[in-house]
Amino acid sequence: MEKTIIPIGPYHPLQEEPEFFLLTVEGEKVVDIDVHIGYNHRGIEKLSETKTFDQSTFLIERICGICSTSHPFAYTRAVEDIIPIEVPERAKYIRTIIAEGERIHSHLLWLGLAGHFLGYNTVYMWAWKLREEILDVMEILTGNRNNYAMFKPGGVRRDIKSEDIPVVIKKIDSIVSTLEMLKKAVIDDPVLHARTKGIGILSKEDAINYCALGPTARASGVARDLRKDSPYGAYDKVEWDMIVTHNGDVFDKVVVRVLETFESIKIIKNCLLNLPSGEIDANIKDIPPGEGIGFIEAPRGECFHYVKSDGTNRPVRHKVRAPTFMNLPTYKATVIGEDISDATIILAAIDPCYCCTERMTVCNTERKKIYSGKDLIKLSREKTEILRNKIGVK
Amino acid sequence: MTREEVLDDLRKKFKDDIIEVFDKSPKRVYVEIRPDSIVQVASYIFKDLKARFNTASGVDLRYHMEILYHFLIEDINLLISLRVKLQKPKLEIDSLSPIFEGSSWIEREIHEILGINFRGHKDLRKLLLPDDWPEGVYPLRRDYKEWDKNVIRDRGV
Repeated sequence: MEKTIIPIGPYHPLQEEPEFFLLTVEGEKVVDIDVHIGYNHRGIEKLSETKTFDQSTFLIERICGICSTSHPFAYTRAVEDIIPIEVPERAKYIRTIIAEGERIHSHLLWLGLAGHFLGYNTVYMWAWKLREEILDVMEILTGNRNNYAMFKPGGVRRDIKSEDIPVVIKKIDSIVSTLEMLKKAVIDDPVLHARTKGIGILSKEDAINYCALGPTARASGVARDLRKDSPYGAYDKVEWDMIVTHNGDVFDKVVVRVLETFESIKIIKNCLLNLPSGEIDANIKDIPPGEGIGFIEAPRGECFHYVKSDGTNRPVRHKVRAPTFMNLPTYKATVIGEDISDATIILAAIDPCYCCTERMTVCNTERKKIYSGKDLIKLSREKTEILRNKIGVK
Repeated sequence: MTREEVLDDLRKKFKDDIIEVFDKSPKRVYVEIRPDSIVQVASYIFKDLKARFNTASGVDLRYHMEILYHFLIEDINLLISLRVKLQKPKLEIDSLSPIFEGSSWIEREIHEILGINFRGHKDLRKLLLPDDWPEGVYPLRRDYKEWDKNVIRDRGV
């Protein structure tokens, strides 16, 4: 059969990073995929070598707007590993609270976008409305809706006031009931089952072979979570469960993320109620020569930082490895063999930065047919509509 | 297997390959090995010790290049960093991508930003740098001149 090449990207205003996918399709089936990245390469690793250890915290906070806690968290842990030094208990709890707040808003953001791509704009609206509440909570705690600037090597920069705690807990409790409703709407929906079950399966072997991380791996039955395996912050001091599912399809990735949101709320509440008193900063003076490694479980998987110091006030080498770097290559295992109308949601399922805009065109040299990004989303929505009629759900 | 058993095991199995073991802390171990034996040691750690490959990080240290391969054994919470030193100008090492896919992209990245050649890697195209980036210019090397007008400004990057 004749092969058609579909270029997707590299520009799109929907998600946070430009990427370029080259899908090769035979009829409706995807037979090959090639991913091009680098459109957003800003040379931050190189730039970090010219900044002092304290300045770098602010620089790497700006790597990603959604993960604006994960990177500073991993980086400060790497710097603390060089010395080595333990941060005060209270700082550990505050760090955990901020990191979990970020996980909730990141998962809700993804859930909304996934609903949008499938033609479920109700899910999109509800999820983003809930996310707004979380951002308000973060504003109370940190003063910022995003880019919290809470982290510094040795501790945190800002304390949580005790009078804020009841306000935050009340706000979080009010979120839970809406989230329960959203969970039922998403997980029990028959059309959503038909659209996402058995689609884009990442087997456990592939997840291990590609070194997949975070919810992507946990949906494939890889029961790994750094918060359990290599506890940091206050994760070993509060009760929570790791969410693991076994099918590896898009639906399971949705389930893992939705249920993890509830666990995050549990962790935040526990931490706020048991917040120990004391210092919030270990007051680091000098960084000795040496190497440090810090890794934490970001919303999308493990975020890994390696820092090498030569005793001056600047790092010699600062390596940043974001979780999507390991998750993107799994497309080779998940997209190939699937329908083109499912490709949108499979590419979105690892929660990457992926493109879906006007610049997305389908070029068929034979029939001279050109689809825009809108048309491809329309294709995806039409499939949902057909399924909806078939099942008989209104 | 406990942490000590893993380390003893490594020391025994790869007696001739290991140059130095630096036991930094309960959770971190740096093992320096000869560059020729990276495939044997890495595949043993990945397949037999069931470690997960985190990433690799390369650094230019003026007289030699150094690559650290980080493996996390989650069961015992131990991060093993395999250190290899490559003497300039012969910057070549065997690729790990035939053993596991996870190393494929990071080797492409190290290849383009430090100029280290990975033998046996099937796809060493550029990953992060633009396609028209000049050959033989490696941005993370010590001798790279920042904002070299001929390299970057003229291209409008």
